[in-house]
Formats: sequence, C-alpha cells, structure tokens
Amino acid sequence: MMNCEQDIIYLMHKYLDEALTDEEQRILSNHLQKCEGCQKRFHELKRTDTLIADKSGVTAPASFIDSVMSQLPEKKSRATWLGWFRHHPLVSAAAVFMLLMVSGIFSAWNQDQQVTVSKQEGVVIEDGTVVVPEDVTVEGDLVVRNGDLRIDGHINGDVTLINGQFIDGGSSETVPEGENLQAYVSGELNYVNQVFEWVWYHMKNFVGEVFSLEESGSPE
Amino acid sequence: METIIAERIKEVKKGNTQAFEDVVSFYQNKVYFICFRMVGNKQEAEDLAQEAFIRAYTNLESFDERRKFSTWLYRIATNLTIDRIRKKKPDYYIDAEIKGTEGLDMHDQLATDEALPEEQVENLELRGHIQTEITALPPKYRSVIVLRFLEELSLQEISEVLDMPVGTVKTRIHRGREILRKKLRHV
Repeated sequence: MMNCEQDIIYLMHKYLDEALTDEEQRILSNHLQKCEGCQKRFHELKRTDTLIADKSGVTAPASFIDSVMSQLPEKKSRATWLGWFRHHPLVSAAAVFMLLMVSGIFSAWNQDQQVTVSKQEGVVIEDGTVVVPEDVTVEGDLVVRNGDLRIDGHINGDVTLINGQFIDGGSSETVPEGENLQAYVSGELNYVNQVFEWVWYHMKNFVGEVFSLEESGSPE
Repeated sequence: METIIAERIKEVKKGNTQAFEDVVSFYQNKVYFICFRMVGNKQEAEDLAQEAFIRAYTNLESFDERRKFSTWLYRIATNLTIDRIRKKKPDYYIDAEIKGTEGLDMHDQLATDEALPEEQVENLELRGHIQTEITALPPKYRSVIVLRFLEELSLQEISEVLDMPVGTVKTRIHRGREILRKKLRHV
C-alpha cells in the first residue's frame, strides 16, 4: 500500500457519507485503478455499510402500539385545568386575591380572643369587661374587641363594639338605646357581632381610609 | 408525512390521546430499531422503545413544534438506551453473545414461509453476526452507526439527535465503520 493511504481512506469514508466533491471523486477513482490494496479495502467498507444498513427482521412486535397506548398516563385532565388558568391570567389573579382576602378576614375574626381597647388612658379592664369609670372622659372614638363595655363616665366620640355587648351602668339592662346612652356617648354606637358585619366594618374602614387619603392629598 | 405527524401532535397536545396512536404507528419500527441495534436484545429493546414513546407523550408540552419531531423522538430513545447501557456496563460483554443468539431465534420465527431453508439459515447467521458486532462496538460509536443507518438521517440531524458537533459525528462514523470492516471482513 502507498503512503497516501490515510488521505485515500478518508475519501472512501467521505464517499460513503455521500459528501465527495467531483474533484475528490476523480482522485479516488484514479487511485483505486492503480492500487489493489485500496480497491480491496474500499470494497470491504462498502460491504460493511450494506450489511449494517440491512433492517429486515428488526421490527417492533405486533402488540407494540396497544402496549404503549395502554401505558400512557392519565394526566390530561390536570393539564387542562392548569391550561385554563394559564389562558385566563386575570381571572386567576382575581380568584387568588379573593381567596386570600376572605381567608384573611376570617382568620382575623377567629384570631385574638383577648380583650382589646383602642384607647388605654383611664379605662379599666375587669374580667372581660371594659369599664369607663365615672370620673373619666374619653376624648375621641373608642373600639372594644372581644369584650363588653360599661360606661360610667363619658365618651366624646363614636363607640364600636366588636364581639361584645354594651352593659348599662346602673341597671342590668343591656339595651343601650334611649336617653341614658345619649348622656354618656356623644357619637354613634356600633355593634359588630357577626362575620358579615365584621366584613362590612372592614370595607367601611377601608373605603374611609381611601377617601381620607385623597382628601389629605388634594390640597397640595 | 412530517406535516401529517405535526397535525397529530397538535391534536395530542389539545388533549386527544387517541391521535398519539398514529404517531406510535408511524415511528414504532424506527424507534425499536434504534433500541434493538444498541442493546441487541429484543425484550429490552421493546421495553426501551415503549418507554421512549411514553416519555415523548408526557413531555410533549416541551416539544418545540417548529422543529422536527423525529429528531426529538430519536433523541429521547437514544438517551434512554445509552443510559441503560451505562447502568449495566459490568455484564455487558457476556450479554452480547447471548443477545446475538436471541436475534437468531427471532429471525427464525419470522421467516417461516420463505423458500430455500439453507440459504435462509446462512442469512440468519449473518444477521445475528452483524448484530453481535454492532452491539460489541463501544457505545459512542454504536449510537452514530445505528442512527446513520436508521433512515436517510443527515449528518446534521444525527448531530442534533446526539447533541454533538457534526465533525465528531463524522469521525465516529468513520472509526466505527473501520472497526466493523475488520470484524465483518470474513463473513
């Protein structure tokens, strides 16, 4: 064999890859005419390709399709509702927002069962009941949570009772309407005892805040 | 054909599972061929080919429809098979012998009503021998050689399936072919 063998062998492979240029084709066939060794090798390579290209007998079994189809996972339904969310991003966002808001309100309602008062000065908390003593005047609004309220003194503002009742100072009557009340509280008296009222209370507060923000913003 | 397959794929993506049957039907022999040539054992080849279709189905969302489905599918099949070969490397050379013989059995059964039994037997032996030699190739040559003779896959497509440069594909085909030439010279 000749020294040029490596180049010629490369051309043989290139021929089998169907990538020969006309010039290379000419070089190869010229060489093959002169060189018996390369002829033999070229023949062997071509035969190798023919042998390994033979696909007869290598086919999937008859049951193949059924077998695959029966093994496919049944997860298309999940994909469809996920797909629905993907195609409706606004609705999805609104739904998630509502979910969070509602659960937030409910958990806030169920949360602290402790008695809380919005103003502490002069006010006494006894046994789950908030008492405004006789000689005390509360300036501004008062909010009582999870407790009853008894007013012996005065409140110059609105009163809001959340999850609690109003106890009339002298008598055991718990109905705060009428003149008695007017004497003690100069503003409105609000009860919030149900979740829906609680929600409504939050909405009113929220709206109120928005408006007061706008008012304070507008003069500038 | 590619356009019909593309249509079917779209339907499967929309949720029509039955449309996948046509996809399996069209590619089953090609995928099976890849797996069988690589592992040389029909039971294992069937398992791998089925797994490849199931994976293609479950990951269909990630298939980019602007690309060729066949390339994507062959890639799944080759990766699965190469993975399997790697995992069971220790007993692989012993296996190769047995696998060749199994190939013979299968051809035996398939070729019942053809004439000239003696010629037939010779053919079967030759096929079994070729399969044995291909399975005995180092995996990196085996995958390129198998894909090269799967169908009219271009070198470019092979390089996409195997995720390697075209130059590497070429070199490996040449080397693999040389190894097989020496092995098959006298058969």
